[in-house]
Amino acid sequence: MTEALLVFFVLAALAVIGAVSLILQKHPIHSALSLIVVMVALAGLYLLMGAEFVAAVQIIVYGGAIMVLFVFVIMLLNAGAEERTSLSKMAGPPGLLLVAALAAFVAATIARSGASVQAAAQTGALSSTKGISEMIFKDFVYPFELTSILILVAILGAMVLAQREKS
Amino acid sequence: MHFLFGTRDELFITIAKIVILLFIVLTVNAYLTWFERKVVAHIQSRWGPHRVGPHGLLQPLADGVKFFFKEDPTPAGVDKFVYFLAPLLALALALTSIAIIPFGPEPVRLFGHDIYLGIAPPNLNIGILALFAITALGVYGVVLAGWASNSKYPLLGGLRSSAQMISYELALTLSVVGVLLMAGTFNLRDIINAQAPLAGHPDHGIIGWNIWPQILGFFCFFTAAVAETNRVPFDLPEAEQELVAGFHTEYASFKFAMFFIAEYTSMITVSCLATIMFFGGWLSPFPASWTLTHYLPSVILIPFGLWVIMDGFRYETVLGRLVLPAAGTVVTALGLAFIVFPHVNAFIQAPFWFLSKVLLFLFVYVWMRGTLPRFRYDQLMAFGWKLLLPVALANVALTSFVILAKMQWGAK
Repeated sequence: MTEALLVFFVLAALAVIGAVSLILQKHPIHSALSLIVVMVALAGLYLLMGAEFVAAVQIIVYGGAIMVLFVFVIMLLNAGAEERTSLSKMAGPPGLLLVAALAAFVAATIARSGASVQAAAQTGALSSTKGISEMIFKDFVYPFELTSILILVAILGAMVLAQREKS
Repeated sequence: MHFLFGTRDELFITIAKIVILLFIVLTVNAYLTWFERKVVAHIQSRWGPHRVGPHGLLQPLADGVKFFFKEDPTPAGVDKFVYFLAPLLALALALTSIAIIPFGPEPVRLFGHDIYLGIAPPNLNIGILALFAITALGVYGVVLAGWASNSKYPLLGGLRSSAQMISYELALTLSVVGVLLMAGTFNLRDIINAQAPLAGHPDHGIIGWNIWPQILGFFCFFTAAVAETNRVPFDLPEAEQELVAGFHTEYASFKFAMFFIAEYTSMITVSCLATIMFFGGWLSPFPASWTLTHYLPSVILIPFGLWVIMDGFRYETVLGRLVLPAAGTVVTALGLAFIVFPHVNAFIQAPFWFLSKVLLFLFVYVWMRGTLPRFRYDQLMAFGWKLLLPVALANVALTSFVILAKMQWGAK
């Protein structure tokens, strides 16, 4: 189990470094690449938990489709490197406060649901494709379909905006 | 770490397998260029490479040496990190994808271990998904190369290719859903086994393959796969009349070779995948009761070997007169050995059929390159979105309906 822990820490470090680099990089493409590193590291973490399907879908959907779209848009807009402006003095302290609050919230959630998350990984309900599809299409079918409608609305919105600009 | 790497022996076996497969794939890549040049040349009534070695067989070696020793300039103003990352990413992902392909059903028993042909473990339950995940990342090699080169043509090539790959990835993924529904698994081995003769009908051979019920799926799959690998008639990212060489215009020497190897490796992967998904993988096309077909490898190898010997004696150069008969003798001896040792013959049946089918697909690739003109960009997009995607979707709906109907009213 210690070796699994080692792999976990390597992947976790990769994810964190990618996330920090995402913020610190000046060029949008470099930021996008950092985000891809985060996505792939997360997929590795899922794989480590035995959630093979989720890991593969994570790479296909986030690492592949969505991030390619990001990169594509950045290239199409030919966005250059960011220029550092004099930072807003107001943004500092409230930002730090928000970060602390968010971190505390996430930590509290993890601490409280630790046992059930562990149990989910061990029962293997999320590892098999069958388990996941039964959850999505039986137990949570209404939230799932509602999410689909939400995405459809977003697509229609994008279409409407694009059309208006043309005419 | 046992669940990741297994015991130390298994780790060594895996590393050995990686080294061997890498060697084989790179050699096949090299000779695929020779094969392509020869076939296209003959389609166009030319000879193709014939100066370096007998029948130009050392041409790939000469090309490789040339790639190594060419000057490797880095254009001014490139994004250094991404510029070097792109070819590495393209090559690494292309080579990784081939690790998922299984090449034979039976493990070889060596040194007290069951060694399967293929690097991925036989119970890799997300086989096809893992492959698609790696292909999905493969776009970055091309896109980033185009962007990092700090030049107009590569940027346009990279943009085109990312648009093309996003468009055709949808059709590619949807086209195999029919096969997955029929097999009920993502595991590549199980997909092949689902096409094997059932216990009740041992004699159906080729009839059991997925190509018959999934002919629509295969049409979509192969078309989309050719587009994904950026080959003719979908090679718009490198349309030389418009874009010089597309995304790799600014790459020279071995960095260019890396893109080249990546492209040919993905051709091999796609051919393997088409074989597995639609053409029964390593299954023989003949009914199991036709045991005489087990001698087919020998029947092909021996006459071919004899022909190479005959051809070698008549060859113009001294080197050819020495090398060709020797190679022919080896091939003939191999063919004879398969007859003499029935165990070996039984074992090579599966890889023989697998490789034959892959070779057939590679030939189709080259054949298309020698035959078809390139699409225009709007035609490409219209074809992908307005024809392939609806057909693939219809195939999914049709297959699910048939499967459901069978479950409801079918025979038991």
